Amino acid sequence: MSEQKSSAKDLDLEKKNKRKKRTKNAKRYYDDKDQKDEKDDGDASKQKTETFTVDGADVSRRRLAKWKKRRMAKIDGGDPSRSKVAKQQKTAFEHGEEAGYVEFESDEEHDSRLSQTDIVDAVDVTSATKHFDLSLKDFGPYYIDYNRSGRHLVLGGKRGHMAAFDWQTKKLHCEFNALETVNSVKWLHQETLLAAAQRSGVYVYDNQGVEIHVLQQLDAVLRMEFLPYHMLLVTANEKGFLGYTDVSMGTRAASICTGLGRLDVMTHNPQNAVVLLGHAPGTVTMWTPTTKGPVMKMLCHKAPVSALAVDSTGNYVATSGVDRRLKVFDLRTCQPLSTTRLTMGASSLDFSQRGLLAAAMATRVQVYRDVCRQTSVVSPYLSHMCGGSVQQLQFCPFEDVLGVGHQRGFTSLIVPGSGEADIDAMEVNPYATKKQRQNAEVKLLLDKLQPEMIGLTNWVKDLSSKSRSRPPVSKQPVKKLGKKEKEQEVREKKRASVKTEDKQEYDPTDVLARFRKR
Amino acid sequence: MPKIKVLCRNPDDYLRETKNDIHKVPRSSSAQHPFKEQREYVRTLNAVKLERTFAKPFLGALDGHRDGVNVLCKHPTSLALLLSGACDGEIICWNLPRQTSTAKVQAHEGFVHGMAAHKSGQYFFSCGNDKTIKQWSIDAQGIIGGEPVNTLLGKCIYTSLDHHWKDDIFVTSGSRVDVWDERRSEPLRSFSWGVESVHHVKFNPVETYLLGAAAHDRSILLYDMRGSAPLRKVILKLRTNAISWNPMEAFTFTSANEDGNLYTFDMRNLSMPLNMHIDHTAAVMDVDYSPTGREFVSGGFDKMIRIFPVDKGHSREVYHTKRMQRVGSVRWSRDSKYIISASDEMNIRMWKAVAWEKLGKLAPREKAAMNYSEALKKRYGAFPAIRRIQRHRHVPKHVFNALKQQHETQEASKRREERKRAHSRQGSVPYVSVKKKQMVGEVE
Repeated sequence: MSEQKSSAKDLDLEKKNKRKKRTKNAKRYYDDKDQKDEKDDGDASKQKTETFTVDGADVSRRRLAKWKKRRMAKIDGGDPSRSKVAKQQKTAFEHGEEAGYVEFESDEEHDSRLSQTDIVDAVDVTSATKHFDLSLKDFGPYYIDYNRSGRHLVLGGKRGHMAAFDWQTKKLHCEFNALETVNSVKWLHQETLLAAAQRSGVYVYDNQGVEIHVLQQLDAVLRMEFLPYHMLLVTANEKGFLGYTDVSMGTRAASICTGLGRLDVMTHNPQNAVVLLGHAPGTVTMWTPTTKGPVMKMLCHKAPVSALAVDSTGNYVATSGVDRRLKVFDLRTCQPLSTTRLTMGASSLDFSQRGLLAAAMATRVQVYRDVCRQTSVVSPYLSHMCGGSVQQLQFCPFEDVLGVGHQRGFTSLIVPGSGEADIDAMEVNPYATKKQRQNAEVKLLLDKLQPEMIGLTNWVKDLSSKSRSRPPVSKQPVKKLGKKEKEQEVREKKRASVKTEDKQEYDPTDVLARFRKR
Repeated sequence: MPKIKVLCRNPDDYLRETKNDIHKVPRSSSAQHPFKEQREYVRTLNAVKLERTFAKPFLGALDGHRDGVNVLCKHPTSLALLLSGACDGEIICWNLPRQTSTAKVQAHEGFVHGMAAHKSGQYFFSCGNDKTIKQWSIDAQGIIGGEPVNTLLGKCIYTSLDHHWKDDIFVTSGSRVDVWDERRSEPLRSFSWGVESVHHVKFNPVETYLLGAAAHDRSILLYDMRGSAPLRKVILKLRTNAISWNPMEAFTFTSANEDGNLYTFDMRNLSMPLNMHIDHTAAVMDVDYSPTGREFVSGGFDKMIRIFPVDKGHSREVYHTKRMQRVGSVRWSRDSKYIISASDEMNIRMWKAVAWEKLGKLAPREKAAMNYSEALKKRYGAFPAIRRIQRHRHVPKHVFNALKQQHETQEASKRREERKRAHSRQGSVPYVSVKKKQMVGEVE
């Protein structure tokens, strides 16, 4: 009896300890933030000197910054010495994460182009392993795609070789040969489904390599894009067809005959899900599933457009043409911001989460910093020569890594400062367990947006604003122009030849259209 | 040599330590949330559809009366007890959660017209067609004493009874308004204005010396109990059946009118009602406020129970059943969660005040999810697709047709007035508020 009693007591103690441990852990998690703050206070002075690429601020951001400022004042006791940049880094510090950076010591080194070997030497072991090279010479130039969370990578060789793996742990999910020409690969909403644009159709595979669906109607697809919030797979055809397929229901949301020939340059705007296509006359057109024609047409180059990329904030588009120019346009006003001369037209462009632009020219990859904010010519931040001519570039979402698919395989390059340090797990969680992933999928399906909601303007935001009696004011400031200024504008317009066929997309729920300013 | 730092994450910071911990969910205020308004809109659509799916307000029916139920009386201290008086003179005390009757007593010969309880909950008064006022004792379990503690014989039929919220005073209405002290057998004070008879009287819960009364000459009278003369009188086009004071605002009261509308008045300015609540298609028989003071429930001759917000002109909810006939009396429970209705077919029904609400103790996540849904509906409720789903209610054919007809007549009269105005001298056809049109006048 006494033994039992003592064992019971032990059990109680165990339970108590477990509880203590649990609360301790919980406390540690929360206290960690504060501790790290204290630690990093010393480093604050160092960070002041670094340049911080902050994405274009929108109103909510500004308000948030104000709130943060007020909160910081309370916590710090109103420490004015902390710069705005250091204050904004507070959220990254909460997890001990700060965005990568390169700090040049003297002015002359500012122009030097960093090489991967320099970076690998300077950085810790775990980060150094992020630079690796896969030599796959037999199966042609490789198309790549990173998962939304940045954990998983799929490679598709032109001659049919397909491989999907978790590139951080180097765990291979599947490797097989599709026995057909593969033109593009894309992860769908989860890391369990991937789509390959093969000659005979779009094939959807499991991450184990099992063929799940064959969409034979989508044949001769050259490019694919995935719109995660609408669950739409956008395919651009050799024959000029733009197809939207709803991946959750398996239905065709739209099939648009563009009539503009071979569509081999495509990208999408992550902020409003509008698809951009680049064409041979040097024009860039924008498409939504509900309109039959392009929603917007821009003349960007005097020669065929070879690559397109849209900023993560949705405000800027970088275009490159065969005329060896790299141009950055503001998407809201469709005005050119800057023009850079390149040695040759970039075959692939990609923006990182923090605004770095990567451009691929034959075998050379160049990364530019602050392209959107500068009107003058920028010199590259990083440069790298790959083993073969580059087919596709893509920045990895939450890491300082640039993936390059080329003729001779795949290379992963370290680009300090390209990845977003803060993760919001409610949006996308790279460290999700299976259960979390499944729950997230359910939530994504419940919140799935309809293709009719895609448009250039955010009508829900406009109409849900408090002042409903007043029509929503457009974001662009309306200036009253004098005669000279008007003439100048006309001249500029002729030069850029921007045709804004700003058709008001048909919105079936848009009963309040009369409230909107025309 | 430049200083290089690469973003490096420790997975331990993002993964939970033991199986017993909750998962870590790192949040970031600076992260991008594309399509957040669109996603919220879709979530609101889902929330509103779920609201309609779970809108099942009927809880149960209490049956035991052998004649139509006339009056309901809320027990002042117990949420579980309810008193009801029927047209055959029987008073039953009910235990609401158990849906059983605890006591039955044959109180009067003829209708039981009014019932009111003392604030302690130990005794209550009833008046009936037999010109008597009886005082009954009731205990915590709801057992009514077999014989009345006191019986007062009067000269006229007493049409309604209400008890003071604080003192030992009650008021009855009949040919005139009588204020009684519990210990006396003669009324303390009698009010009368003209020769009319009064059929409904109610004490103000906040300014406890104020009384409101509805008289047969289509007027509403206001009395101050301490004074000797009535305060004011407002005359409407049709008779008021019942009035109810707002428990949160001392000077507001709502009257249920024969013309199918309810009028909310501010006592201080009776020249025009604050609000006119339109949705019943026949006379409104009874009205009762929610303890929150933000909404009230009304029962009508058209067999409907409607819940109105105080500031809106139309109802937010309508309850009906095929089996429920003319609603004589409605009450909003003291915890603002339930509505109790008494109708002609001898049944008392219990309803939820918020039809889609989940009763009982909710888990914190459930509560949070429901609060989130409510917030979304508030934010995006004006979008047409969402409003259409939210407003959708099924209503019996006779009511549907009557409402349609009502709408058509309203539109027609508006059109006629506009044409009159267009074809007459400017200013000769003034714009008169609909609310004002229903009033006849105000008398000091």
